[in-house]
Amino acid sequence: MNGASLARNLRMLLPAISLVVLLVAIYALQPRAISYVGFNLMLNLAIPIALATIAQMCVITVNDLDLSIGTYVGFVACVGATMLTGGVAALPFVKDLQASGALPAVLPWIMQTPLAGVLVLAFGIVIYAALGALIHWRNLPSIVVTLGMSFVWLGLSVLILPVPGGQAPAWIRQMMTLKPAFIPFPIIAAIVIAVIAHVLLMRTSYGAVLRGAGGNPRAIERAGWSLLRVKAAMFALAGFFGMLAGLSLVGLTTSGDANIALRYTLLSIAGVILGGGEFVGGRISPVGAVMGAATLTLAGSMLSFMRISPDWQIGAQGAILIVVLAARTLIDRAERSR
Amino acid sequence: MTRLIGTVSLLALVAALGAGSALADTKDKKIALSNNYAGNSWRQAMLRSWDKVTKPAVTAGIVAAADPFTTAENQVTEQAAQIQNLVLQGYNAIVINSASPDALNGAVKEACDAGVTVVSFDGIVTEPCAWRIAVDFKQMGKDEITFLKEKFPSGGNVLEIRGLAGVFVDDEISKGIHEGVAENPQFKIVGSVHGDWDQAKAQAAVAGILPSLPDDIVAVVTQGGDGYGAAQAFKAAGRKMPTIIMGNRQDELAWWKEQKDANGYETYSASIAPGVSTLAFWVAQQILDGKEVPKDLVVPFLRVDQSGLEKALETTEKGGVANVEYSAEDAEKVVGAAAKK
Repeated sequence: MNGASLARNLRMLLPAISLVVLLVAIYALQPRAISYVGFNLMLNLAIPIALATIAQMCVITVNDLDLSIGTYVGFVACVGATMLTGGVAALPFVKDLQASGALPAVLPWIMQTPLAGVLVLAFGIVIYAALGALIHWRNLPSIVVTLGMSFVWLGLSVLILPVPGGQAPAWIRQMMTLKPAFIPFPIIAAIVIAVIAHVLLMRTSYGAVLRGAGGNPRAIERAGWSLLRVKAAMFALAGFFGMLAGLSLVGLTTSGDANIALRYTLLSIAGVILGGGEFVGGRISPVGAVMGAATLTLAGSMLSFMRISPDWQIGAQGAILIVVLAARTLIDRAERSR
Repeated sequence: MTRLIGTVSLLALVAALGAGSALADTKDKKIALSNNYAGNSWRQAMLRSWDKVTKPAVTAGIVAAADPFTTAENQVTEQAAQIQNLVLQGYNAIVINSASPDALNGAVKEACDAGVTVVSFDGIVTEPCAWRIAVDFKQMGKDEITFLKEKFPSGGNVLEIRGLAGVFVDDEISKGIHEGVAENPQFKIVGSVHGDWDQAKAQAAVAGILPSLPDDIVAVVTQGGDGYGAAQAFKAAGRKMPTIIMGNRQDELAWWKEQKDANGYETYSASIAPGVSTLAFWVAQQILDGKEVPKDLVVPFLRVDQSGLEKALETTEKGGVANVEYSAEDAEKVVGAAAKK
């Protein structure tokens, strides 16, 4: 093995190494956390973050950035806690109308079917695809478009759920609280997410085109692929994974809140970068992104085990991010100098 | 010799054990406070009260630890993660002031399943396995009319100052006031404005509605944080000062004292004391002690009457809220009252 490939391998292994270092540190601080129950508690909130990170990664692949993923996940959570459980009838304003007598007490089937929720969620993915197409077609900066959309999603969430509440569908709740034998559910879920995203983007031929659209768009265009379609596909994929993030989150919290996932925007970007992705050039790593999300979540646990005041925790999380990025830059430099 | 030392130390051990059990069986139990927000004076007072009561309790060996944790960003997911981490850190009970009534239920359930006692207060959680120390805001509104009934048996016109529109607390207090008025038809609410629990806003709102109101307003019913502003508006309009019910803010108490000294002004003041966190602490301690505690408890209001005004004003710092720390006995009383229902 020569130096260059050693450096490359090191860079690929960096997310895994940071994760292991963190786990060792947690074991030293709080041995009982490294157990079946411990992993369940520490990592179950990492599932929605991992899914949001994959969604963000899809957008970053095509050299864009999604600043609306946090509020979108919150929107999905609100839809999941209302319309996906009881259809249109579960919306608070419909209940108000019923109470005031404007609507009958027993609503027709069409108002009660959870299909309404499925439709709204599908509509969300379509919006995402349309955004991707719009960004490409008008050559708009994605940061501005998605920042604008973040307010739209938040507004829609507040319309759906003016005050926190609702009820997650029982099947999602059951799935998120599964207690399989031996291996905690969050770990299984993380592996499944990583494998699916890896196969989709790294192992299929269209996946290569999707990544290529970020690395060298002109080459992809000359080869006869539609960049418009690629962008729309990647944004739709982001919408899909964002939807999964929202649904898994509402399964964990049991009820919705418009402000539930505002942090996810920055967490997801940090997760992608921590996991070995880069802002430009279609350089991504789905497996690394999932590990990055887990690292960020565990970092929070570790800092709280260390009894660092929460006011400092955000700063400490940032410091961890900088340390990992610095390590990567060093490896990159070593790779280039050979 | 060694035998003697052995006997003595054994005796000492027995004595210590006896003393320990007389104090409480919770001396090796750890309690954590999970707080979602610390950005206003009420929450700051709440955290100070927690420290003031729990530190001596830890020193006295009643509990092993009582650590407060506050999330930095007032985010549901952050607090959910915090609660799960507290479970892993081996706390036996978690006292929660929650960022959301419903969205923490998943984390609270996980904590309950891990055998942790969860007590929520102020910002309560709806998960059935947790205890709730709630505030009967409706009663708070109703009490105002009860007080007025005693002071003005013949009734009269009343101005209502409400809180922030769309907030549950505002709805409840107002409902209580209107219920009280319905039971005592000699009172009539002639106007209703939103003061947003803020003296300046309340002053502007009252000044705006005063010209359209009759001259014989006997009282102003409020929700707290708006009494001083209302008084300023009445003064500026040159109106006769009505009985304004206060909400324990320092500026309100100071104004009341000034009026009391000048012309014997009479009213009362009520609000929720930030020290309710300490009540939650004792309730958690009693649950850990194996006491039978109903899941739904009601916080008593902190009420300041004419006679207690000077003392309340003395202990309230400028810009703050009148506060009280609760003792284990207070908690027992609250539990007893709930058990009787």
